[in-house]
Amino acid sequence: MSGDRPRAVVIGASAGAIQALTEILPALSAEFALPILVVVHVPADRENILAPLFEKKCRLAVREAEDKEPAEPGTVYFAPSGYHLLVESDGTLSLSSDEPVMHSRPAIDVLFESAADAFGPALVGVVLTGANADGAAGLKAIADAGGTAVVEDPAGAYADAMPLAALRLCPDARVIKRGEIAEFLMRLAA
Amino acid sequence: MSDVIEDIEIRLLLEALHQRYHYDFRHYAQASVRRRLRQARHQLGFANFSAMQEALLHDEAMLPRLLGYLTVQVSEMFRDPSYFRAIREKVVPHLRTYPSLKVWIAGCSGGEELYSYAILFREEGLEERTLFYATDISQDALETAGRGIYALDRIARFTENHRASGGKSSLSDYYTTAYGAAAFDKSLRERVVFSDHSLVTDAVFAEMQLISCRNVMIYFDRMLQDRAIGLFKDSLVRGGFLGLGSKESIRFSGHAGAFGDFVRAEKIYQRRDP
Repeated sequence: MSGDRPRAVVIGASAGAIQALTEILPALSAEFALPILVVVHVPADRENILAPLFEKKCRLAVREAEDKEPAEPGTVYFAPSGYHLLVESDGTLSLSSDEPVMHSRPAIDVLFESAADAFGPALVGVVLTGANADGAAGLKAIADAGGTAVVEDPAGAYADAMPLAALRLCPDARVIKRGEIAEFLMRLAA
Repeated sequence: MSDVIEDIEIRLLLEALHQRYHYDFRHYAQASVRRRLRQARHQLGFANFSAMQEALLHDEAMLPRLLGYLTVQVSEMFRDPSYFRAIREKVVPHLRTYPSLKVWIAGCSGGEELYSYAILFREEGLEERTLFYATDISQDALETAGRGIYALDRIARFTENHRASGGKSSLSDYYTTAYGAAAFDKSLRERVVFSDHSLVTDAVFAEMQLISCRNVMIYFDRMLQDRAIGLFKDSLVRGGFLGLGSKESIRFSGHAGAFGDFVRAEKIYQRRDP
């Protein structure tokens, strides 16, 4: 793990995402001072329900990410369905309509790789449950840039393919039980 | 932080592209440009961006290949059906009051949106009085749009979108299938002018009643977005309409005051009287 104090957290989740995020995001205290950027795989034609859903449950501010807005501390941003979410080097957010990556738009890899470019070692990446391999390459990019790589313990994950794929590319990632990830993030951000 | 050397190389590459070929990506949102350029570098087999820059400067054949990566966009016909429903139900009644219409599809990419409009206008009986301008910076995109041929596996989605947008006919009335592809009827592009035009460097070329520019400006930085919106403002008749992508807005533009919300949820704006 790097000595740099993190400036942002990125999280990727697919199948089983809502249950997993429900154990993590609402558990973060109102003092949590980092922006949290989240990609969840949802069908492109679906209404964006994630932000309203978690807004009710969380002590942090929760929003759907908007193009060219700065990532504010203590705020959770969800990628809108049908768009990739990226981070610019000045910490503002961008959306793109580029082709799906691994059949997904938004894709976890796109967020993670751009965030690794923007924040370098001062980034925490978390790969949660999912039935595909998105996020693995992105988590490796975060680790390669000196950031902190975290993978949900596949043993307890709703779908273990995504955590396992991430661990294959990123064997040194920290494996943490879902129920303990929020506490880990709060310790890092403190 | 991203590799400092890579950052320098990318800036120099974009500068070379601008100075040598007058394509200006210097004020595009950089995270996406970097991603696309990395993909290009990897797939074209260059060890680094400096090598790619050298090839670009000395070999003109590199230009279309690189542009292919920089300009790729993935759309679909009747993308965001509720947008096209709003065009049909709210904007079309206003358009009917004009004896002739000019419609600009700015950044037409592979033509999916253009054909959506052509079909919608035919269904609404406006096609005969309309001239469409379909513009893009990419010659490849313009050629693709001019052919109007799409992979068959995309058609189910297009059909579903068309129906959800309030389509009054069957999408299958407009294409024929062969060899795993759907070819859209060439009568749909009889009233279309395809043209190379850049929102970054080019100027107003006609006076429009409707401009649709969706998911193009998200690739621009704020300065470029402002330029593009100024161009749209100057290209629209009073009371003309501007449709943007669902995640785009004129809110941050210096020209925002020249527009009013027309269908707010669908990012359809109306040009105010000056």
